[in-house]
Amino acid sequence: MINSQNLEALNIIIRMKPDLFEAPDYYNLDELLTEEHRLVRDAAREWVKRDVSPIIEEYAQKAEFPTQIVKGLAEIGAFGPYIPVEYGGAGLDQISYGLIMQEIERGDSGVRSTASVQSSLVMYPIWKYGNEEQRNKYLPKLASGEWIGSFGLTEPDHGSNPGGMVTNFKDMGDHYLLNGAKMWISNAPFCNVAVVWAKNEEGRIHGLVVERGMEGFTTPETHNKWSLRASATGELIFDNVKVPKENLLPNKSGLGAPLGCLDSARFGIAWGAIGAAMDCYDTALRYSKERLQFGKPIGQFQLQQKKLAEMITEITKAQLLAWRLGVMRENGTATSAQISMAKRNNVDMALKIARDARQMLGGMGISGEYSIMRHMMNLESVVTYEGTHDIHLLITGLDVTGLNAFK
Amino acid sequence: MKILVCISHVPDTTSKINFTEGDTKFDTNGVQFVINPNDEFGLTRAMWFKEKQGASVTVVNVGGPETEPTLRKALAIGADEAIRVNTEAIDGFAVAKQLAKVIEDGAYDLVIAGRESIDYNGGMVPGMIAGLTNANFVNNCISLEVEGTNVTATREIDGGKETVTTALPLVIGGQKGLVEESDLRIPNMRGIMMARKKPLQVLEPIATETETTSVKFEKPAPKGAVTLVAPDNLDELVNLLHNEAKVI
Ligand SMILES: Cc1cc2nc3c(=O)[nH]c(=O)nc-3n(C[C@H](O)[C@H](O)[C@H](O)COP(=O)(O)OP(=O)(O)OC[C@H]3O[C@@H](n4cnc5c(N)ncnc54)[C@H](O)[C@@H]3O)c2cc1C
Repeated sequence: MINSQNLEALNIIIRMKPDLFEAPDYYNLDELLTEEHRLVRDAAREWVKRDVSPIIEEYAQKAEFPTQIVKGLAEIGAFGPYIPVEYGGAGLDQISYGLIMQEIERGDSGVRSTASVQSSLVMYPIWKYGNEEQRNKYLPKLASGEWIGSFGLTEPDHGSNPGGMVTNFKDMGDHYLLNGAKMWISNAPFCNVAVVWAKNEEGRIHGLVVERGMEGFTTPETHNKWSLRASATGELIFDNVKVPKENLLPNKSGLGAPLGCLDSARFGIAWGAIGAAMDCYDTALRYSKERLQFGKPIGQFQLQQKKLAEMITEITKAQLLAWRLGVMRENGTATSAQISMAKRNNVDMALKIARDARQMLGGMGISGEYSIMRHMMNLESVVTYEGTHDIHLLITGLDVTGLNAFK
Repeated sequence: MKILVCISHVPDTTSKINFTEGDTKFDTNGVQFVINPNDEFGLTRAMWFKEKQGASVTVVNVGGPETEPTLRKALAIGADEAIRVNTEAIDGFAVAKQLAKVIEDGAYDLVIAGRESIDYNGGMVPGMIAGLTNANFVNNCISLEVEGTNVTATREIDGGKETVTTALPLVIGGQKGLVEESDLRIPNMRGIMMARKKPLQVLEPIATETETTSVKFEKPAPKGAVTLVAPDNLDELVNLLHNEAKVI
């Protein structure tokens, strides 16, 4: 019988279950990494084992973001690893960023979402589109985790089509007056600052940094999610918010500005999804050797081997895609369409692996004792945000045909 | 205080162990290497000395270039500098001689080695380097305090503990207890960035002779099948233990 005492005991068992993860590397891809890449990755991996795995199931069950891990995220460099050292970042390359995202998402996509948003959607635009005062004011505090940021692009009526947004600001002489609402915003409920995309009187999109405490700015939480439960999602509501003029990001405007941020975040997601897939594969592989049915380990049955063999094949392909994209992104040649392909492919790959892995664990696959169902549900958000699966396909379609299927 | 921490580069405990070249060599293919756990406790204790009492911490490894990531990790955790003696670590005495040379040249006050490395479990190096450098020696060390040159150390003995006083220069064979597992450090980003600039010096080895050579490695026999005996069938159990397992 489940009473509160039993539940507490169960939680303790879940918490104490050791994280046995062993990362698959079927093609010795470690040889493509530098010594520093591996150091960065292994540190993130160890940290996830020590500080995320033991608590994450409980927080996901409670639908709560574990705020106690923010400091650790900052310490392992999850907040703006590629931001220059002078602004508090780590000055690392793109592959390091990808590897950190991979390891965090191996723990949980929700935690990775917080790190992605902070790095690519908040720090990145302030670094790339902001001025020196804005960089100095915000970046060090965001890098250290003292401040958490959110990114407001999606609106209730404008998701896949953000260019249609209605959130807007008016020039009032000494300040801007911001009105509108953003929906499905990660980190919104507790963010200290929000990078918000809104149209000016001429209908041109600009980024504004809105700070908590500005009058008329509220961030109600979105409840009852079955996905990304350990990440806080909410709305950003602007009711005649007076935004100081110095909070407008001056160096880029138009839809290309938020899309530039999405390129960076999608790149991180292409890596992150590999982490979730690795965790599902590793769990299913271990289980298949231990679980006996009909007098044999289930891993000895061809149907289960097919699943495992296809999983490791797909993970290996995804790793190569992500690594190559990392090289191109580092030397500045990766196109948005190439990033779309990796995001779409890798998230889809992870989702399929999560579903297959879940089946391989039978009844155990639905329980919180294993991470798989949590990954599976999380990935439903990951396949939706930052451009849905369909939208990325249309981007590839447009890129190869030159014909626009969006409109 | 000048501290030298001897760092052995060993396979992760989850590695699959195989041998090559006619069972004379450990197969490193696909194996992840880590800082020897006993050394990691020692390194963490050294960081505490550095932070609480002031000390410089050098880490040293006798091994080929493949061990450098392990040293770089120790630097990222907070060691000030690293030394690699560029020779394959084949024989315990040869390794001890290389380390003794490093210790003498660097005039270290405290040398923290691990009680044993978890790869070959020789457990000889700490005692040998103490002997070679004329230092005091505490093995199986689970607690260590230094004031000036006075040392109080606790060692684990069978079924208990022994506390001893001694003096620097000292070599210890350290283990868990020097610090606990929860005290071990994961390199943070600041540490990784600082490690880029810290010196990792490669020294050529002194001439030594190999005193022992591995002829053959063998893995334990695979576990046999389990035979279940009904609780009321004691005769059968005794019979099996006596005639088949031959343990009674
Ligand atoms: C947990 C979570 C966190 C999020 N965090 C953030 C955040 O931090 N910041 C932010 O700005 N947004 C965030 N989002 C929003 C996310 O980016 C949007 O949900 C996503 O872009 C899809 O928009 P939508 O939900 O309005 O779906 P819609 O755009 O209404 O799409 C509905 C369906 O129609 C399809 N579709 C739409 N247009 C076309 C077309 N032209 N051709 C074919 N099919 C089409 C889509 O693929 C989809 O299947 C988050 C979402 C979730 C679920």
